[in-house]
Formats: sequence, structure tokens, C-alpha cells
Amino acid sequence: MLLRYTFHRLLMLIPVSISISIVIFMIVHLLPGDPIDNLIRIGSSPEDRARLVTKYGLDRSLISQYFLWITSMLRGDFGDAIVLRRPVADLIAQNLPYSLTLGGLAFLFSSIFGMILGTISAMTRNRLVEGFVRGFILLGSTVPGFWLALLLILFFSVQLGWFPVSGARGWESLVLPVATIGFGGIALVARVTRVALLDAQREDFVTLLHAKGLSRGTILCRHLFPHALLPVVTILALRIGWILGGAVTVEFVFGRPGLGSLLIRALGQRDYPVVQGSLLMLALAVMLGTLIGDVAQAAMDPRIREGKS
Amino acid sequence: MTMLNVRDLGVAFGGVQPLSGVSFAVERGETLGIVGESGSGKSLTAMSVMGLLPLSGGRITSGSVEFDGQDLTKLSEKAYRNLRGGRIGLITQNPMTSLDPLQKIGPQVDAVAVLHLAMTPAQARVRTIDILGTLRIPDPALICDRYPHQMSGGMKQRIVIAMALAADPDLLIADEPTTALDVTVQAQIIRLLDDLVKERELALILITHDMSVVAQTCDKVLVMYAGRAVEHGSVGAIFDAPQHPYTQALIGCIPRGLSAGEQLTCISGTVPSVMNYPKGCPFHPRCTRAHDICAVTPPEFAISAAGAVACHFPGDAP
Amino acid sequence: MTMSDNPRRSLAARSFHAFGRMNVSRAFRSVVGKIAGGFIILLVLIAVFAPWIAPFDFAAQNLANNNAPPAWPHLLGTDEFGRDVLSRVIYGARTSLSVSATAIALSVSVGMTLGAAAGYFGGMFERAVMTVVDLTWSFPDILIALIFVAILGPGLTSTMFAIAIAYLAQFTRLTRAQIVRLKRETFIEATINLGAKPSHILLRHLMPNAIAPVIVVGMLAIGDGIVLEATLGFFGLGAQPPTPSWGAMMSSGTAQLFLSPWVIIFPGIVVAVTVIAVNLFGDELIRALDIRDRLREA
Repeated sequence: MLLRYTFHRLLMLIPVSISISIVIFMIVHLLPGDPIDNLIRIGSSPEDRARLVTKYGLDRSLISQYFLWITSMLRGDFGDAIVLRRPVADLIAQNLPYSLTLGGLAFLFSSIFGMILGTISAMTRNRLVEGFVRGFILLGSTVPGFWLALLLILFFSVQLGWFPVSGARGWESLVLPVATIGFGGIALVARVTRVALLDAQREDFVTLLHAKGLSRGTILCRHLFPHALLPVVTILALRIGWILGGAVTVEFVFGRPGLGSLLIRALGQRDYPVVQGSLLMLALAVMLGTLIGDVAQAAMDPRIREGKS
Repeated sequence: MTMLNVRDLGVAFGGVQPLSGVSFAVERGETLGIVGESGSGKSLTAMSVMGLLPLSGGRITSGSVEFDGQDLTKLSEKAYRNLRGGRIGLITQNPMTSLDPLQKIGPQVDAVAVLHLAMTPAQARVRTIDILGTLRIPDPALICDRYPHQMSGGMKQRIVIAMALAADPDLLIADEPTTALDVTVQAQIIRLLDDLVKERELALILITHDMSVVAQTCDKVLVMYAGRAVEHGSVGAIFDAPQHPYTQALIGCIPRGLSAGEQLTCISGTVPSVMNYPKGCPFHPRCTRAHDICAVTPPEFAISAAGAVACHFPGDAP
Repeated sequence: MTMSDNPRRSLAARSFHAFGRMNVSRAFRSVVGKIAGGFIILLVLIAVFAPWIAPFDFAAQNLANNNAPPAWPHLLGTDEFGRDVLSRVIYGARTSLSVSATAIALSVSVGMTLGAAAGYFGGMFERAVMTVVDLTWSFPDILIALIFVAILGPGLTSTMFAIAIAYLAQFTRLTRAQIVRLKRETFIEATINLGAKPSHILLRHLMPNAIAPVIVVGMLAIGDGIVLEATLGFFGLGAQPPTPSWGAMMSSGTAQLFLSPWVIIFPGIVVAVTVIAVNLFGDELIRALDIRDRLREA
């Protein structure tokens, strides 16, 4: 049953989350030098150092440090940013909504238009249309995201002045970033939808559907689509991470606030509390997305629900 | 009364001609068996009658398919759709993959009645349960709520049969309905079909490669080889006095009353591939009676009351 | 008895040889294959012979002539330090290709070993490996790369490791899927019954059959790796100056986006065209070797 499946998946998520948190936790300790130096400003007073050593438990064993880290986070304390001198939790809370908006919009945009494009490409007999879509898919999958972003800025913002170059004010500043991520996202979804529909058409049961006298339209909507949706949802579930990754790049290029740009700036500044916090949030987002995708898959395919697939 | 009359059917896929010169007729209440080895064009014939060739890229190039007086080759797609599932039902070969795995059984069978008998889903469901019961499926109401993967092969095939019957067809085409099933289930399904033909006065075309099934259930037989019809006649005539060398060889191959140590008879050579059909009579490379003309001219296949043979030198077995 | 003497060569030996010889050339038969394949070969040659081809020293600055638009002798213009863009793009090819290719080679070796072992030995080992692999599978390559850059610090070496780890999951999964599929083949059962050792079975029979899809995916991954390297470079986390990298060039060029867009446009075009060529050729290769179905499983 669906609930049991969801529960089961949630359970599986726990060891995964723990492993990832361990990896992220170890970042500070794998770097050369004294871990404390990676967590505080250069030139801090000895008192500050001592305070932070106690706070992060650096005088204790690795394992107890890890638990301290985890429990603090569960309480909402992600440490303090070195450069900005604010609690990391604040920074995350501030940036999260922007990432969610961008990610969510990009996801919707890619899914809807990708499926439309993929369906057209699979069902059309027109060679030109099919070729055009295939070309679009190729470009979308290969062009580097940040370069596309720069091109779009160059053309639409600089030359045409339609949209702002950077920042996050109003819906105009969302258009280009969503378009950038969407370009790759649409290509991905379109490709999978197209292949899925073409495959579904070749299944044995389709012959019988025709033999029953059903029209092409009915067969497409009521039978082919649900089948095609399965691999699409699978890919979307797996590639939610990809779309998030695209968001990371895009935030940086467009100078938008968000977890992605926060992370990249922090990496450049060696601000490790921020790095750890944002990495953890991004990782959790990916896992959550994957979970939702898995559950959606199970909801659509009775065979998966019962573990037969 | 003649339900289906196929005359000189020819089918092409691109540049290849997998079927030519196929002719046969089926009456109400009669079972016609179409036999032949794999690749002889039996399924293609079924698909042609159903008008489903375009699905795999084929088209009818010659001949006529007359169903109840109407030539189907000249029919519009819309009109054809009305017939399919309505007056002509198809039972496909592999029950394991013939049903949509994502839909429950009930709606899949209901769809036929809703489409062809203008019933509401509720009315259709009543009818579905009724038909499933006739096919001796236990607990039909429960089954309707199940998914295909929860059933056995035999059950699934009965459901496929139910779908074919739901709109009360006049003609049923069963394409190797038992090949993918266990021997015990095979017998049940064959008997089921037999009963249906008698009860409902259906015309049934039974495509199979199993001669014993033909002997048990069919009234008439059409033997196919390499995309051509080679012999046609009543089941008694075919089995007792086959005229075509291929039919004779087929019947000769059935192991009968052999004692230990005796060799099994077989036909030398192999079935030609569709790319490479021999010129003239397709069987001539393997035929013991072949003469020069056999390699040049394909023999005529003319139906008469007695039967039909496509051979330059028909006759009883030597 | 050498393999060429024995007329009844094993399926493995035959396919291995076949892969090495004929079938790859079939990918070049189509127009697309010729153009894409030709471009890739050209690029590799450019990368190898960079010092002889590049008109200028990639690090030679000439502040008097910075941000110059494309003109003779600087066919692609100059960047903000007056360095010749064309030469930097040519040398950038070296960096990008070598980093990506090395990274992928590393990834393939480790991935194949892990995947083959997991697939062959099965049991707890397989589950452990596959759980870890599946963990990374859903993560975007950029995120994994960033984690590694976080640990190792910016630079080409960390970029290389980041790329290697980011695509490791792919090769492990693919190899395991192949091995699992082949394990079920009767000829393997027969070989086991004849008393062959696991190492023999793996090396002589399973691996050669599993190699084809992995090589092709590896090639496609090099394309992705190039983009990843460029992205990291663009973030300033990859190759450090003065090493020319396509990504880093575009990064520093962003500041001059309005003045001298060619600093961004040309390296980007080269990256895009390279990856497109790699993908197109990869497709042709898949068709030539007829392994499309094997790739679906993973």
C-alpha cells in the first residue's frame, strides 16, 4: 500500500542522511590545519577562540563533536558565519525562499513544457518538427548553463534591456534565470517523454487497444500517457538534484540571493560554517525531492507499490 | 452465411511482400483453422483483416477482405474502428503482455461495451461481470478490481477473450491463443472457444501451429507457407487426403504409432526468410515433386466447394 | 593455441576484438559521425600540438591592447590583460581535455572494478556498494564537485577528483548491470562448471562483454566533465591563474561583459560545440555498436 511504501522510503532516507551529514561534517576536519582556524576569523582573540572551541566541542572526540553538531542543528543552531558574523541559520533562512521560488518555478516550467514538447515530437509525423525538437533537445542537454545565462543576459538585458541583469526584484528578474534552467530542464524532460511514448507505443497491449476500436486520441491519453509518465517521473525524481544544481549556477551568475550563491561565495571565502550549513540544506533538498519522486512513482504504478516492478 | 470472404490478399511492408495470394472464407458457426510454421504469415493475415497493418508500417496491396458483404479494404478508419472490437473481435497471442498493466481489469473490459454498445460504465460493468462469469472466471466482481499482474496466464487470456466478446461480435479471430500457456490450460481455453462458437453462432478464425488442435476443433483448414495459402479444405479432407506436398509433409510429421528406434519424419530444408522468398512456388526447394515450372510460375489458388490447392502437381501422397 | 588459431573463439574474445576493430569505424559512416568524430579528433590534435599552433603565449600580457575586439593579429580579440583569446582558447583545450579525460579514466577504472565486483559477488557487498552509489546517483554533479572542492580547496587537482567522483556512480551502476546480465548467460554457467576461477571469469569473459557500453558512456562523460570543469572554473574554484581554462576565461570576462563580450562568447562556443560533438558522436557509436538496450538498464 502507498502509505507503507512511503514509510519504508522515509526509513531508508535516515541512513542516507546520516552518511551525507557525516561527509559534510568531516569537511572541516579533512582540511589541512587546525579545525578551529576554519571556523573563526583570522585574528580573533584567544578568548573568542576558547569560547568557540568549547562551543563546537573541538576539545572532545570526533564522535562527540559530530553529535554536538547534529544536536545543535536540530535546535536550529548552525554555527556562525565567519565573514558576515551572523548565525548561519539566519543566512539560510534568508536565502532559502529565493532558492525555493527559483527551483520550484524552474521545475514546473521544465516539466510542463518538456512534456508538451516531448509528446509533440513523439506523436508528430512531420519530419521538420521532429528534427527541430531533437535539435533543441541536443542543445539543451549540452550547452553549459552558465554560458547560456551569460548569453541571455547579453542579449536580453544588455542589448534589448527587457530584463534586469541581476538581482531579485519582482517577477522580471525571475524570467531569465528560470529560462536558463528551463532550457536544460525542458530538454531533459522532452527527451525522456519522447522516448517513453515511443516505447509505450510498441508495447503488446497497444495492439489490443487498437483492436478494441479505441481512437488514437483515447489510446494516447488514457493508456500511453500514464505509461510514459512513469519514466518521466522517475527521471524527474532523480534529476531534481540536477535542476537544483542548475539553480546553484544560475543564482551565482545572475547575482540572485539563494542557497547556491551563498554556498559558492562561502567556498571562495573559505567560510566553512556557511559551506557546511548550505551544503547540508541542499543535500536535504535533493533527498526530499527524490523521496517525493519515488512516492509519486509508486502512486502511479501499482506494481511498484507491491514491490514487484 | 458467409461472414468473411478474403480473396487474393496481398500485403507489403516497404519493399517486401510478406503475403500474397491468400484466399479463404468463414461461415457463421464455423471454425476455420489457419496453420503454418512461424513466419508463414498467419498473424499478418489476422492483422490485415483487423485493418491494423499500418500500426507496424504495412499496407494491403491487392485483393479484398469482405466482411458481411462489405469490403474492408475500402473502409474509412472511423468506420473500421466501429467494427473493431464491435463486430470483429481479436484475441492476441501473449496474454502476459496483452493487458495494460496500469489499469484495473474491470475498466479494460468495460471500455468495449461503453464504446460499442453505448452503455454507461455502470451498465458495462454488469455486462463485464456477466461475461467473466460465462468464461468461468471465479469471483468476477472481485477480479474487476484487480490488476493484470495479479493474475495467472490462463486467467489473463480469458479476460482477453472477454474483451473480444463484450460487444457480441460476429467474427472472432484468435491468434495463437494458447501458445503461451501451459498444456492443461490450453485444453480449457480451446474448449471454451469451441463452446462459444456453438452457443453464439460465431465465425471463428483460429490461428495455430498445432495440428492436433486443428483436428479437434476446426471445421475447415487453411494451410499457409511462406506468406502464401497453399491448401484449403474441410478438416476431414485435409487430414485424410491432403493434396499439397507441404500439407502432406506436415501431416506426415505428426508422430503416430511410432515404435522405439524409428526415425521421426521431417521436412528437409528450412523456411525461407521473408526477404528471400523463392521464385515461383515458395515450397519448391523443399518439395519432392518439384519440376521446372515450379521454380518459375507461382501456382494458382482457386477455391471451389471441395477445397483449393496451390500446386502444379497436386495429388494424393505417394 | 592462440586466439586467432582457435576457430571456436569464445563470445567474449570475439566481441572484444570486434569492438577494437570494425565496429567503431562504423560510427564514422554517417555524415553526422564524420563531422562530429572529425571535430573531436581535430580538437585532440589542437590540444596536443597547442604550443606549435597558438599564435601567442597564453600568458603574455599587453595592457596597452586590452579588450580589443577580434581583428588581425588577435583573431578572437584580447582579454582585460591584453592576452590573446585565441591562444588561451587553444591552450584551454589542453587543460579542459586533459583534466576531464584523466578524471574520467580514473572514474571508469574505479567504477568498473567496483561495479564488476559488486555484480559478480553479489550479496551484502553488492548491496553496500550499490547503496553508496545510489546515494550519489541522485546528486547533481555540480554539488558533488562542490563538496570535493570544499574539502580539497580550489585548483585543478581537486577539479579532477571532483569530476572523477561525480561520475563514478554512473560507471559502477552500468558495469554492475552488465555483469549481472552476463552472469545469467548460459556460457558463464558453463565456464563456472568447468571449474574456472572468479578472476578468470571476470577478466576473460565478463569484462570484455561489459566494456562497450562503459567506453561509450565514458566518452559522453568526458563531455560532461568538460562542462563541469568549465563551471567550476567559472566559479573561480577550478584552474587558478595563469593556467588557461575555458571556464576561468569566461569568469574573468564577466566583468567585461558589456565591453568585450567576445571573451565570453568564444570560449563558450568552443565548449558547447565540443560537448555537442561528443554527444553526437557518442550517439553514432551507440548505434554502430548496437548497445542501446544495454544502456537502458542502468
